[in-house]
Amino acid sequence: MNTIKTVFEKQKQLGYGCLVAYITAGDPTPERTPEIADALIRGGVDILELGLPFSDPIADGPTIQNASLRALKSGTTPKRVLEITGEIKAKHDIPLVIMTYYNPVFKYGTERFLAEAKAVGVDGFIVPDLPVEEAADYLEAAAKAELDTIFLASPATSRERLERIVAASSGFLYLVSRFGVTGAQTDVADATVELIRKVQPFTAGKVALAVGFGISRPEHVRRVVAAGADAAIVGSAFINIVAANQPDMLRELEEAASALKAATKT
Amino acid sequence: MNEKISSYPIDGKYGKYGGRFVPEVLMEAITGLEKAYTAAKADPEFQRKLDYYLAEFVGRPTPLYLAENLTRKLGGAKIYLKREDLAHGGAHKINNTLGQALLAKRMGKARVIAETGAGQHGVATAIVCAALGLKGIVYMGTEDCERQRLNVYRMRLLNTEVYPVDSGSKTLKDSINEAFRDWVTNLESTYYLIGSTMGPHPYPMMVRDFQSVIGKEIKQQFKAKTGGLPDALVACVGGGSNAMGTFYPFEDDTEVKLYGVEAAGEGIASGRHSATLAAGSEGVFHGMYTYVLQDKHGQIAETHSVSAGLDYPGVGPEHSFLKTIKRAEYVYADDKEAVDAFLMLCKEEGILPALESSHALAHAIKLAPTMRKDQSIVVTLSGRGDKDVETIAKVTGAKI
Ligand SMILES: Cc1ncc(COP(=O)(O)O)c(C=O)c1O
Repeated sequence: MNTIKTVFEKQKQLGYGCLVAYITAGDPTPERTPEIADALIRGGVDILELGLPFSDPIADGPTIQNASLRALKSGTTPKRVLEITGEIKAKHDIPLVIMTYYNPVFKYGTERFLAEAKAVGVDGFIVPDLPVEEAADYLEAAAKAELDTIFLASPATSRERLERIVAASSGFLYLVSRFGVTGAQTDVADATVELIRKVQPFTAGKVALAVGFGISRPEHVRRVVAAGADAAIVGSAFINIVAANQPDMLRELEEAASALKAATKT
Repeated sequence: MNEKISSYPIDGKYGKYGGRFVPEVLMEAITGLEKAYTAAKADPEFQRKLDYYLAEFVGRPTPLYLAENLTRKLGGAKIYLKREDLAHGGAHKINNTLGQALLAKRMGKARVIAETGAGQHGVATAIVCAALGLKGIVYMGTEDCERQRLNVYRMRLLNTEVYPVDSGSKTLKDSINEAFRDWVTNLESTYYLIGSTMGPHPYPMMVRDFQSVIGKEIKQQFKAKTGGLPDALVACVGGGSNAMGTFYPFEDDTEVKLYGVEAAGEGIASGRHSATLAAGSEGVFHGMYTYVLQDKHGQIAETHSVSAGLDYPGVGPEHSFLKTIKRAEYVYADDKEAVDAFLMLCKEEGILPALESSHALAHAIKLAPTMRKDQSIVVTLSGRGDKDVETIAKVTGAKI
């Protein structure tokens, strides 16, 4: 069975970086998420992040805010997200990561939610409003459930905290590419390339380095992988295709994933 | 618990409440803010400036007024009103915006952002930005912009830009979300001036400290008038800043009873209310671990109150702490009780209270007759009610 770690190793051997895709589970409906996942995986996505929608996503731009609203309107609950995850895992041997704000997990019961997530085949968690300083209970629950804990680092993170964050991270480190919220951008700034070069020595030999926020095109992926990232994370670009909801949505998603995956070649 | 109650927060927490639940990009910013605030607090020059503006610009101290007519009518404990309605801008909000704007200036931040619901905090921010030469930007839900058109115009007259927020429920909580999003994008240039005792540490502490001028003055003024301490303090609780400012200097005087009054809207049972401490449960929201109004899946609930300033699904973490250790008692008043209290104060005392403050009054009206005549209640009248007269006309069916 593939884990986040083995997938990174395997892709590296093949001469590729990883493509990590983010979609909001339940957008536009819980029923459609598995086929959206199928299309992305057919296109070459290596690791899939499923967003558990939250009413007040402060780290997200309009694209993911709206996806969260659509998912909540269509009745997506934490339990339903676990069912969807299980359905995807049953079909694909691919690492699945749940990305969620902390409150829905806390409300469910952190230990219980993580244990149930593990049982349906979740590999790891990303909780963007839970910094390492507040993560003791979560880390304990994740260790118990044997789940990877993916923390975020940002351009504002100091060296001291970066070391602490890397030490708490497993699976990969999620490097936020720039100051700002999620959302597709037209290009990758030089500052992002510099940031990757600065952070890479901290993660080397410890944990994979994945870069996200604003990455939407093959040339962006090429640039972050060339700078030393082990993976590119693409979210809003896929969600924009889901939001447009055209008849050939699934084919579009597959083609977009395939072009982005090709750009991870090193 | 061995610590004095007033020694909290300890490491950013009030017991288990509070903390810093923010995206990574904000962590360095809030630690930097805490350092800057601690340094400012210890700097006599900063304190001198703050005191100067509080006296000369805000008009402090505000009076502690014995409401004799109301006291006589209720026939119980004496009721004193702490007149924050007489502070510049017409509410307590300016105690905090002034303190934080001076801090922003000291930190070299030229751009100040804020959220607002009813517009009171937005106006108080606009006032201090104009006075101190800062660029003010206020986020406000489109729903609230519509309901509070006069305050939008007021802010613009004061040279602050108002950015309408069209996401989520288009009200206060969404304007806070949007202010956070602005902050993570413009971290270097921007100071986020939060309007109540909420958000990640150090905000709840900092806002409480700046608002504590209310309680400190009450203590001095009450002592000068009577030689002792009041028996009870009553304040309304939205995010909790006027209540924290009132309570904090009395936290260790355990013989003084503290009452926080939340908005019960159309009644707790109706589900249409903002009584977070009375009807909520623990959760993580807007950077803090505290009581929250939420559904069983942890999604934040929409709130309701006749007073826009109490319409918030979270509450400052120190209130959650005071509730848990039973140092303060949290009660509620519904829309009708608040409106009745508003009308009573107009008629008995010649004072138009803000609808928010009317919730505190409504509780004092229930409390006074249960107490002896030689006892005293201080009610913090957090704001003036001129902004609310249209609402009052509407709910009482009056034509204007
Ligand atoms: C007059 C007045 N009182 C009270 C409040 C509630 O805020 P807090 O609980 O922070 O004092 C507001 C908020 O807008 C207000 O305008």
